[in-house]
Amino acid sequence: MAWKPGLNLAALRARFKPEADITVYNGFPVSGDVDVEPGDRIYLIRRGEIPDADEMRRVMIARHSPDVYDAVHARTVGIAGAGGLGSAVAIALARLFVGRLIIADFDVVEPSNLNRQQYFVNQVGMPKVEALRSNLEKINPYIRIDTVEERVNGHNIARIFKDCDVLAECFDDPEAKSELVEVALSRLTAPIVAVSGIAGYSDIGKVVCRQPMNRLYVIGDGESAACAGHGLMAPKVGVAAHLQANKILELLLERAR
Amino acid sequence: MTVQLNGDTLTVASDATVTTLLEHLNVKQQRVVVELNRRIIAKSDYADTALTDGDALEIIQFVPGG
Repeated sequence: MAWKPGLNLAALRARFKPEADITVYNGFPVSGDVDVEPGDRIYLIRRGEIPDADEMRRVMIARHSPDVYDAVHARTVGIAGAGGLGSAVAIALARLFVGRLIIADFDVVEPSNLNRQQYFVNQVGMPKVEALRSNLEKINPYIRIDTVEERVNGHNIARIFKDCDVLAECFDDPEAKSELVEVALSRLTAPIVAVSGIAGYSDIGKVVCRQPMNRLYVIGDGESAACAGHGLMAPKVGVAAHLQANKILELLLERAR
Repeated sequence: MTVQLNGDTLTVASDATVTTLLEHLNVKQQRVVVELNRRIIAKSDYADTALTDGDALEIIQFVPGG
């Protein structure tokens, strides 16, 4: 439809999708009628309708900008561990439209995980990678999710994560964290975003991102260890996971420049 | 002799290795990642990696939680 002065959203809605209940105009929902300009991005939505891949892509481009979409949609991010950190990192990256996630974990969902991990009570007993895939597909069915139900160790790290542009270390066990980071820094070329020191609830402002080595970023306060009486809880673990996801986004954007 | 550890100057014994340094710092080998002069040292090489005057080390320690 050719643009002409005075063309507004109501006219476009009547012409293309009269049943639409929601109009997203340049990334934001609008209620009133607005005159449109050449180059504007308009998305007409009917409540409850699942957008197809192309609609989803367009709406994400409108929300995030073409630069962000271009930087992430053809990239692969590895997530080692699908617990409190990994499940939240995966959800944030799926919402960003990172094109491919490789998620590795050997564990099943347990009731105690529900205090901070992004699973549902009816998923108790399921392998975490399977439960997480199902949850991610409900958020964004248009990205590729590769799951690996294995315990990640020094021998399989390079094989599982060789295609990754960035690797997120999302383990709980400090020895597993150390082994992953050591081997990944030695044998892969991707930057690694790891976590250390996120237990409890106090001093959340000390949870920061540092870059101690060329390809290594570490999020946390470096000292708040999980132990009896000082447990892991949703708010602080969620902050750390989202700092991880944000650093991953920054790295993908830097790479695209 | 002295080395740079995480940006700070530290005096160590002339026969120090990565293993003796970690013992001195009271940190567990299995929970750290060690970079010596911008090269990652594998845990299996800690005992045989002698430090020399002026070495630059980064040591990251991981604590439980995730």
